[in-house]
Amino acid sequence: MLNALQHMGHRALGMFERLGRSALFFLQVLISLPSVFLRPRLLIQEIYSVGTLSLLIIMVSGSFVGMVLGLQGYVTLAKFGAAESLGVVVALSLVRELGPVVTALLFAGRAGSALTAEIGLMKATEQLSGMEMMAVDPMKRVIAPRFLAGAFSMPLLVTTFIAVGVLGGYFVGVGLLGIDSGAYWSQIQSKVDFYDDIYNGLIKGVVFGIVVTWIAVFEGYDTVPTSEGVSRSTTRTVVNSSLAVLALDFVLTGLMFGI
Amino acid sequence: MTTRMIEVMVGVFVAIGLAALFMLAMKVSNLSDFNQGSGYQISAKFENIGGLKVKSPVTVSGVRVGRVVGISYDSREFNAVVHMQIEDQYNDFPMDTSASIYTAGLLGEQYIALEPGAETEVLKNGDTIDYTQSALVLENIIGQFMVNMTSE
Amino acid sequence: MGPSGTGKTTLLKLIGGQLRPEKGVIRVDGLDVHRLSRKELYALRKRMGMLFQTGALLTDLSVFENVAFPYREHTKLPENMIRDLVLMKLEAVGLRTARNLMPSELSGGMARRVALARAMALDPMMIMYDEPFTGLDPITLGHIVDLIRRLNDALGLTSILVSHDVEETLSIADFAYVIAEGKVADSGTPKTLAESSNTWVRQFLEGQTDKAEQLSERAKDYLDDLMGEKRA
Repeated sequence: MLNALQHMGHRALGMFERLGRSALFFLQVLISLPSVFLRPRLLIQEIYSVGTLSLLIIMVSGSFVGMVLGLQGYVTLAKFGAAESLGVVVALSLVRELGPVVTALLFAGRAGSALTAEIGLMKATEQLSGMEMMAVDPMKRVIAPRFLAGAFSMPLLVTTFIAVGVLGGYFVGVGLLGIDSGAYWSQIQSKVDFYDDIYNGLIKGVVFGIVVTWIAVFEGYDTVPTSEGVSRSTTRTVVNSSLAVLALDFVLTGLMFGI
Repeated sequence: MTTRMIEVMVGVFVAIGLAALFMLAMKVSNLSDFNQGSGYQISAKFENIGGLKVKSPVTVSGVRVGRVVGISYDSREFNAVVHMQIEDQYNDFPMDTSASIYTAGLLGEQYIALEPGAETEVLKNGDTIDYTQSALVLENIIGQFMVNMTSE
Repeated sequence: MGPSGTGKTTLLKLIGGQLRPEKGVIRVDGLDVHRLSRKELYALRKRMGMLFQTGALLTDLSVFENVAFPYREHTKLPENMIRDLVLMKLEAVGLRTARNLMPSELSGGMARRVALARAMALDPMMIMYDEPFTGLDPITLGHIVDLIRRLNDALGLTSILVSHDVEETLSIADFAYVIAEGKVADSGTPKTLAESSNTWVRQFLEGQTDKAEQLSERAKDYLDDLMGEKRA
C-alpha cells in the first residue's frame, strides 16, 4: 500500500518536473525565434514538411466531417421541419468547434508525431550533440524553425478544414438531399458572425497550433536517446497534445462564447 | 524535391489557407453585408422590444431593407428607443409608416417590419417613426386570455 | 584509455563544455571552459573539432553538405570557395568521390572519415576523438589510425583520443593516461606505461584476463550459485 503511494507520488513529482522543464524549454524557443527569420529557406522547408504535407489529410477529413454533419444535421432537423437551417448547423459546428479541434487532433497525429520522431532521432544519433560541438545552437537551427512552422501552419489548415467542410455539407444537403441552395448559403450568412465565430475559431486554431507544436518539439528534444525512448516520446506527443487541445477547447469556448 | 519546388508548394499551401479564409469571410459569414457605410438612420420607440437585438433585420413586405444598429432606453418617456439603419436605395417611406416587432418562425428570431403609410412626406436621416407596435410577450397574452375566459 | 564505462566520453563532453563538472577546472587554451559566456563558449567550440563514435552526421544532408555545414553556418564565404574547401577536406580523408552520397549509404568507417573531414573544416587547433576505432574492419582500422596521426602532424593539431583499443592507440600516441574507476591510474609515454608500477595498468595494456590465483575462488562461488546452497 505504502509502496503504491510512494510510486504515485514519484510519478506526480515527475510530472511537475516535466512541466517545469517544458515551460523553460518554451521560453528558450521563444528567445530563439528571431533568428529563424535569418534563415528563411529553413523555415520554408519546415512549413513544407509540417503544413503542406498535412494538407491532404486535412482536406479529406474536412470534407468527410462536413458531409457527415450534413447528413446527421438533416436527419435531426427534418423532424422539426427545420431542414432549411442545415447550413447554419454545419457552418457553426465547423467554425466554432469541429474545425479547430479536429484539425488540431489530426495535426498532432500526423505532423506532431513526425516532429517528435525526427527530433528524437536526431538526439539519439547524437546529431544535436554534434551540432553543439560545431558551435551551432540546435535550438536555433532545429527546434525554433519547426516550432514556427507548426504554429504558422495550423491556422491555415483550420480555415481549409472549415471551408472544405462547409462545402461537404453543401454537397450532401443541397446536392444529395435536395435542400434549397440559396437557403443554405443565406442562412449561413445571416447567422454566422465573422468576429464572434470565425475570428474566434481562428484564434483557437492559433492557440492549438502553438500548444501542439510546443508539445511535439519538447518531447522530441527531451527524448531518452534509445529506440524505445523515441517511440514513447512520439506516443506521449499524440496523447498529451490531444488532451491539451480538448481541455483548452473547453476553456476557450467558455471564454469566447460566454459562461 | 528541389528547393524551388518546395517553395512553390509552400506558396500553394499558404494560398489555399488564405483562400479558404477569404471564402469563409465572404460566403460563410455576414461580413459581406457589413457595409455600414451607406444608409440613413431612423428611430422608433417601443414599450417592449422583446428579444430584439442589434443587427436584427428591418423588413418591408418581407424584404430586408436595413438593420437595427442601436437599442437604448429613454428614461423620460419610459420606453425603448431602437435605432435602425436603412439602405439608401429605400428612401421613400412616408412619415406615417408604422414599425412592429414580429417573430420569425418557430425558433424565434425577432425582427422589425415596417408598413408604409399614406403621407407624402418621407422619412429622412434622424426622423422618428411615431406608430409602433411592441413585441408580443407571451405572459401578457396568456394573462389576457385567462382574464377573458374568467369574465365570460 | 580505460575499460568501457569509466567515463572517457564524459571527459570529452566536459572539455567541450557540454557537461558541467561538480568540482575542478578545465582549461582550454588558457580559458576556463565553464566560466565562459554562451557566446565565448561557442567561439571556443569553433576552434575545437569533435569526432563522435557514430560520426553524428546530419542524416538529411549529403556528404558534401555535411562537410560544408560549418562553412555555411559560421562563414560568409561564397559558394565556389566553399566547394573548393569541402573537396580539399574530403580529399584529405580519401572520400572525395563520395561527396554526393547520403549518410545512410555510408559504411561505418566511411561515415567516421566524413565526420573527420567535417571536424577539420574550420581548421581547429584540436580534435577530440571518441572511440574512433570501435567496430571497424582491420583495413579501415589501419587507414584511420594512419589518418589521425598524419593529420595531427601535418596540421600541427592537438589530438585527444579516447579509446579502449590499446594496441592502436599506443601505436600513435605521444602521451597516454589510463583511467580506471574515475581516477587516473597511470600516465606516460607508451614505453613508460608498458613498464608501469601499477599491475592493473600492465594487465590492461597487455589484455590479460583474471590471473590464475583468483580462479578457484570464483569457481567456488559459481558452483554455490548454481546449486543454491553451500557445499560441504
